[in-house]
Amino acid sequence: MTHTFTVSPDFPPARISGWFIFNTWLQRRLEAAIHLELYDDFVRQRADIAAGRIDLIYANPYDAALLVREKGFVPVARPRDKADEAIIAVPAASAVQRVEDLRPGARIASTDDPDVRTMGMIMIEPADLSAANTAAVACGNYVLVAKALLSGTADAGFFLKQSFEELSEVTRRQLRQIVESHIYVVHHALMAGPRLAARRDEIRDALLGMDQDAKGRDILANLGLAGWDELDEEATEFMIDLMDTLT
Amino acid sequence: MLRDMEPADIAGGAFKEARLTYFDGASRIVRYTDVEVPFPEGRLIVSCTDVPGMITQANKAFVDMSGYSKEELIGAPHYILRHPDMPRAAFKGLWDTLARGEKWTGYVKNLRKDGAYYWVFATVIGNVRKGKLVGYTSVRRKPSRTRIDECAKLYPTLFAPGEREGYSP
Repeated sequence: MTHTFTVSPDFPPARISGWFIFNTWLQRRLEAAIHLELYDDFVRQRADIAAGRIDLIYANPYDAALLVREKGFVPVARPRDKADEAIIAVPAASAVQRVEDLRPGARIASTDDPDVRTMGMIMIEPADLSAANTAAVACGNYVLVAKALLSGTADAGFFLKQSFEELSEVTRRQLRQIVESHIYVVHHALMAGPRLAARRDEIRDALLGMDQDAKGRDILANLGLAGWDELDEEATEFMIDLMDTLT
Repeated sequence: MLRDMEPADIAGGAFKEARLTYFDGASRIVRYTDVEVPFPEGRLIVSCTDVPGMITQANKAFVDMSGYSKEELIGAPHYILRHPDMPRAAFKGLWDTLARGEKWTGYVKNLRKDGAYYWVFATVIGNVRKGKLVGYTSVRRKPSRTRIDECAKLYPTLFAPGEREGYSP
């Protein structure tokens, strides 16, 4: 039987080959046939999760509740020292110095990355802003969020911190960060679906040992990861509860 | 049981006093000032309690903003943060909402160990594990100044007769 592995669509395009290499490594370690299915957007990915087509996922924290509480996934591991944090940035020349300077009607550029969007919306609340009194500028990725700011089609943009930092130096110099989240406890998670749940500990052992040899460390580096730490049920439930308070 | 707040812990000179009686019948003297500490940008204050309301987890932002050490917070009742300017009515509905399995949100003025205060927009949810309520998680984030100003005007009008007995003038 071939299992299906997928990755939260918010990963940077430059990491695509890294995920294919990771999948090949995982198949060898587990001696199992695993197909990597990548998606351009969360809607299509969620439809396949709902249809029971996914067996293993590197999931966005926003989807953890759906996966664990509705689809019976079990948490396996989380990326070491890697929390999801959001940044709100404006054009460098903007008069906006802090969130409270944004006004109703502000055009906010963001991707469909749900946890970054959630954190971004929370950070504009102190300016009495919400989805109801701002204009959303939908972008396919974070480079396009930056472009929306530079072209003047958006007043502010939500970025995943890592993606903001990976923008080119030239682009970043034309932007200015006005606030950054420091939440620490929101992170992606690798989870196994019901058909792989019995092999959860085996997958965990393989992942936790990845940084012990040069090849494993190379693969991790290609994914922008330092390693994996075990993620247990209670830590996952805590994150689900926390995300629930934010939405 | 919480001890009275110590005058030596209060930052600055003048402070006011109030004797607060909590929902479980415990009572203590709190000392407080007019100093507001701004909510830190981009942070979330996160804490968890057991079902009776004793703190079981506190993140760094909670420790920093409350002025208490983590050791002082863990095992203490969550009402250690209760500010005397918060009428009981402002929390009306919190327990009813949680009992229905829903999340509660509200604007809350919290009391620090040093007598200063900070405003938060709080969300509280029940932690349900295997169908059983095992505690609560509270997440506080930066509130809008507009809403703070509204609550600062509203809350003094919500005190029940006699509720402020034991407050210094």
